[in-house]
Amino acid sequence: MGSNMAECHPVAFQWVVEARQKGAKVFHVDPRFTRTSALVDRHVPLRAGSDIAFLGGIVNHILSTGSELRDYVVAYTNASHLVSEDLRLPQDLDGLFSGWDPDTATYDRTSWRYEGPTVRASAGRPGPAGGQTFQSAPTAVEHGAVSTDPSLEHPRCVFQILKRHFARYTPAFVAESCGVPEEQFLEVAQALCANSGRERTSAFVYSVGWTQHTVGVQYIRTASIIQLLLGNIGRPGGGILALRGHASIQGSTDIPTLYDLLPGYLPMPMATSHPTLADYVTYGTASKGFWGNTGAYITSLLKAWWGDAAQPENDYCYGHLPRLTGDHSAYRTALDMLDGKVEGYLLFGENPAVGSANSRLHRLALAQLDWLVVRDLSEIESATFWRDGPETESGELGPEDIATEVFLLPAAAHTEKDGSFTNTERLLQWHTKAVEPAGDCRSDLWFCYHLGRRIRDKLAASGEHRDRAVLDLTWDYPTHGPHEEPSASAVLAEINGWDAEGQALDGYGRLADDGSTRCGCWIYAGCYAGGVNQTARRRPGQERSGVAPGWGWAWPDNRRILYNRASAAPDGSPWSERKRYVWWDAASGHWTGDDRPDFVADLAPDHQPDAHARGPAALGGCDPFIMQADGKGWLYAPDGLADGPLPTHYEPHESPVANRLYREQANPARRRFPHPANPSAGSGDHRDYPFVATTYRIAEHHTAGGMSRFQQRLSQLAREMFVEVHPELAALRGLEQGGWATVVTARSAIEARVLVTERMPALEVAGRRLLQVGLPYHWGHAGLAPGDAANDLFPIVVDPNVAIQEVKAATCDIVAGRRPRGPALRTFVETYRPGPGP
Amino acid sequence: MSGLLGPEGGPAPGTEGVRFGFFTDSSICIGCKACEVACKEWNDVPDNPLGFTANSYDNTGALGANAWRHVAFVEQGSTTADTGSASGDFRWLMSSDVCKHCSSPACLEVCPTGALFTTEFATIVVQDDVCNGCGYCVTACPFGVIERREADGGAWKCTMCYDRMRGAKEPACAQACPTDSIQFGPLEELRAQAAERLAEVVASGETRAQLYGEDPDDGVGGTGALFLLLDDPEVYRLPPDPVTPSRHLARMWAMAGAAAGALAAVLAGSLVGERRR
Amino acid sequence: MRLREAILSWPVTRQLRPGGDHLALGAAARSARTEGLHPRTEDADRVVASICPFCAVGCAQRIYVKGEEILHIEGDPASPVSRGRLCPRGSSTKDLVTGPGRVTTVRYRRPHAVDWEDLPLDEAMDMIAERIVTSRAAHWQDTDEDGVPLHRTLAFGTLGGAACDNEENYLIKKLFTALGALQIENQARI
Repeated sequence: MGSNMAECHPVAFQWVVEARQKGAKVFHVDPRFTRTSALVDRHVPLRAGSDIAFLGGIVNHILSTGSELRDYVVAYTNASHLVSEDLRLPQDLDGLFSGWDPDTATYDRTSWRYEGPTVRASAGRPGPAGGQTFQSAPTAVEHGAVSTDPSLEHPRCVFQILKRHFARYTPAFVAESCGVPEEQFLEVAQALCANSGRERTSAFVYSVGWTQHTVGVQYIRTASIIQLLLGNIGRPGGGILALRGHASIQGSTDIPTLYDLLPGYLPMPMATSHPTLADYVTYGTASKGFWGNTGAYITSLLKAWWGDAAQPENDYCYGHLPRLTGDHSAYRTALDMLDGKVEGYLLFGENPAVGSANSRLHRLALAQLDWLVVRDLSEIESATFWRDGPETESGELGPEDIATEVFLLPAAAHTEKDGSFTNTERLLQWHTKAVEPAGDCRSDLWFCYHLGRRIRDKLAASGEHRDRAVLDLTWDYPTHGPHEEPSASAVLAEINGWDAEGQALDGYGRLADDGSTRCGCWIYAGCYAGGVNQTARRRPGQERSGVAPGWGWAWPDNRRILYNRASAAPDGSPWSERKRYVWWDAASGHWTGDDRPDFVADLAPDHQPDAHARGPAALGGCDPFIMQADGKGWLYAPDGLADGPLPTHYEPHESPVANRLYREQANPARRRFPHPANPSAGSGDHRDYPFVATTYRIAEHHTAGGMSRFQQRLSQLAREMFVEVHPELAALRGLEQGGWATVVTARSAIEARVLVTERMPALEVAGRRLLQVGLPYHWGHAGLAPGDAANDLFPIVVDPNVAIQEVKAATCDIVAGRRPRGPALRTFVETYRPGPGP
Repeated sequence: MSGLLGPEGGPAPGTEGVRFGFFTDSSICIGCKACEVACKEWNDVPDNPLGFTANSYDNTGALGANAWRHVAFVEQGSTTADTGSASGDFRWLMSSDVCKHCSSPACLEVCPTGALFTTEFATIVVQDDVCNGCGYCVTACPFGVIERREADGGAWKCTMCYDRMRGAKEPACAQACPTDSIQFGPLEELRAQAAERLAEVVASGETRAQLYGEDPDDGVGGTGALFLLLDDPEVYRLPPDPVTPSRHLARMWAMAGAAAGALAAVLAGSLVGERRR
Repeated sequence: MRLREAILSWPVTRQLRPGGDHLALGAAARSARTEGLHPRTEDADRVVASICPFCAVGCAQRIYVKGEEILHIEGDPASPVSRGRLCPRGSSTKDLVTGPGRVTTVRYRRPHAVDWEDLPLDEAMDMIAERIVTSRAAHWQDTDEDGVPLHRTLAFGTLGGAACDNEENYLIKKLFTALGALQIENQARI
């Protein structure tokens, strides 16, 4: 669901094809009939933006038929935990959970917590500015006197709350909201239950079709609930598999070029709540599990960055870290840029002028900068917006109006540098430099290292306190070759870290909070164990045992399935012979199996922790979820989420359909960015813009086109931007196969060639015909295959937890013919009045 | 894996004389066009810029001098038809087409220069340094595979990566194919595999599934590139009954002989190899 | 050209030579060039282990290098992830990295200019360092109104990293965090 695996991840799809040939049943639940749908047992089309209704229906089906794996649910999840008496569900409050504050448009989460006096939120609690969450760090909850009812009968236990909450998600509701006939929905739900349990496991695969919504995190939460109830987490063939889109997007999340995180999912410090290292550590430390060692992780990071300057008496240079006071995500920054609050910007292989929601706004914002550095392989749109962008054509902004100074620095390709990518399954794989980069092409490693060196030279004589953070930085990587390329292995060695004797760490278990260890990213500790680059290992897959542990290196500790303690039953034996993976070997007193046990290696299944134990020592033998503060998989999230402890169906920010469940139409906590350049249409009826627009990728191109539209081989496969519509919509709007159409939303209008196809199904939703408009988002104004950018059409409105934009569902209209040129374009958009709807 | 294949998936040393071929199993083709791109990369096949064709996701059009692999896309039926299935009776068929490497290759039979020849692996290859661009092969091919390239005048088509095969490497398309829809191997083994797979596919409910090119008694003597199709060949724009014109062999040879004679006269005044600018 | 050789190697003559393939359908029809055919990968000076730069599946690639140029890129069958296969994007990698779409010199656009101009890399690096130092000094936030330390600047930010190596992301985060920049973001949100 929410993934077009065959097109976007074709090589990974070989495993699905093979599994299906061996008898696996595969469903594709997706708004479009894609190349993935063509290869599965059943394509189930649903309305874009209605997945929680569908998944909630499955939760209800599991609970109402008793299909859960009871032993797993009781032992490994928080099903038995009792929740505060103050909790109220959306069914009680017309679409809101308890704790809603309409003034700040945020939740006070006190009423969501477990019952018991010692429970308190830790990392990830609301930030100070506007009460919103700015941190996606793992949530920690104080463990202690949580009341439980292992019979799962108590009316306030999580299990019973789930039952009550999801009771409204009946097959009839699914049919009305998603446009999926009841029998089709039941076929999926029944197949999922029949293929889960001790003998069998089922997996969900998702991509940005799930994340790019204003309730994206809750989509994935719903899948988590299903998989925990069915016992499909931590077991082979189970899980919820995120297929990510860029070579090292996982790596750039682990070692985050993200504003709210430090390496290894440590939160960035907040100004008022974490003035000192001690405050930070107290805030970020869980009483149980491996977030109990946060002090060791942050101290080792500070030592890696500031070396000998980081000492206990100066809080290990904790004061050198910049402090958060609010949202500084890319979208907030773009709006600040538009308002002239940002002077400079550096792009590293990203193309917001095409790839970000409301890409037009991003181009207007870039035009307000004083200086811009673009590091890329080609002259991407974000580097050339000033010369021949759509706003030049429309006459809004010409080069003479744009004061931005632009440096386009050619980047080295992966073939021209050493380095590691972390793939979508947390596997670090090293790529070795094959040739020297041509001309001025340089790696980003080179750029950062030498930029830092130059800045340090310029500041060397400074007496300013603020410059200490730069001058104290450990910045002495060995260089080699004609361009003085810094050693990527040396950087990886620093990421891995060293012990007090200068030996490479072999895992995060060795990290200390006394300043004796240095480590640039605690979850990567061990990737350079023994002083050897473990990510460069290439023991062929053909020689693999089970999960090919000799190929590359997976974080953490080269474990291939997380939480794999759950692959064994509570007593430590495999759930079944068929599904044995990691189990307790009583003879040796250790966990063993086909993978590195994701557990304390000698912690017996029946171990009961000491009541006063902290951190990893507080884990019991049946606490597989070692990063959770209660050791359990969370069916219910007592803290950490900005928009509710349970997923509930909300309509997209722009929807032609009214919410069938309650008055609250869309996620009330979604983050909007009101601005004249970011308008929205009304929601809840179809008179405004009658159709649902959704964006996606195709196999022939890559993301915003920077790696595909500038080269011949891929450009020739799909040279022109196109729009996909059902024959009914084509008839309604007079669209001709192969002709031109203009798609218009409250933001802008773009043109595209028309592909009339049954693959864009027409649905029956809430008693009327719902038609959808499909828009691949690869095109922009430059390159060998230029075209209008689909993202011009979408608003900046984001999920409140992770600031991901909603580009999978918005409302639009479509008309035959090309869009207006010149100033007429803006007039057309601003005065547009839709024609009759379906 | 076949004992006749080496570790790189190509013909193992000493397999000269064994007939190798392709088996394209369209039931697992995802239409990603990796075959088209891998072929172009290895063989340095020029761009064929058609732009947007509005024919499903096919912007390549057909096999030709600049497209040695071509993925056909066929949209059938309706997603809104009330058939009890979520997606109605809709099917999206995809299949990667390629030179058939016929048992009785018409192209080779009419080639007056010997540019086309049968390799030690019983594949049919055109030698661009020998080809004079006469184009007889183009009209002879019952599948419309081989074509003259405007830029250099020569006739071009899939070589089954003859150069790779000689180095025991699998053809580029077959190696790249993400789902193994394109398989390369000894033809006899592929035929057995294809028959087995057909039985599975038919049993799974694809009652119109059929093999294409497996019949040695067909008009081209069977092909070196087999296909498992989910519908009739015409649906994929493949000729249902391709025929090599060799039953008119005598007449063809007369024509070819006359042509060759005329050609020789012309060539007498100019040197071999001056075909191209 | 030596006429005799040319005549002897002309397919028609070869066809007629004793022991020749009179139907000109097989071995006799091979040109000298055909005789010499072999995979160009065999000519490589070295084969370099790499990983596909497109999506996050992480398919393994082999890069064949000859004379310090890339001869060919294809999948590595040893990979337990990809088993040697590549999608259309992965299969196009050589075109991506060696094609004419690459920009190889610094392009500089002055404020209000209508076109690029050339700029030596060294000078560009110095100018960028200068811009950062200047913007940072001009818009440094030491504390908030209440004296709570902020130690930051919102004058500049970075975007991107999902296409970069881990080591590169690490240096971006390390350097720009030390500079006090908070607006460090990447494609994880798109």
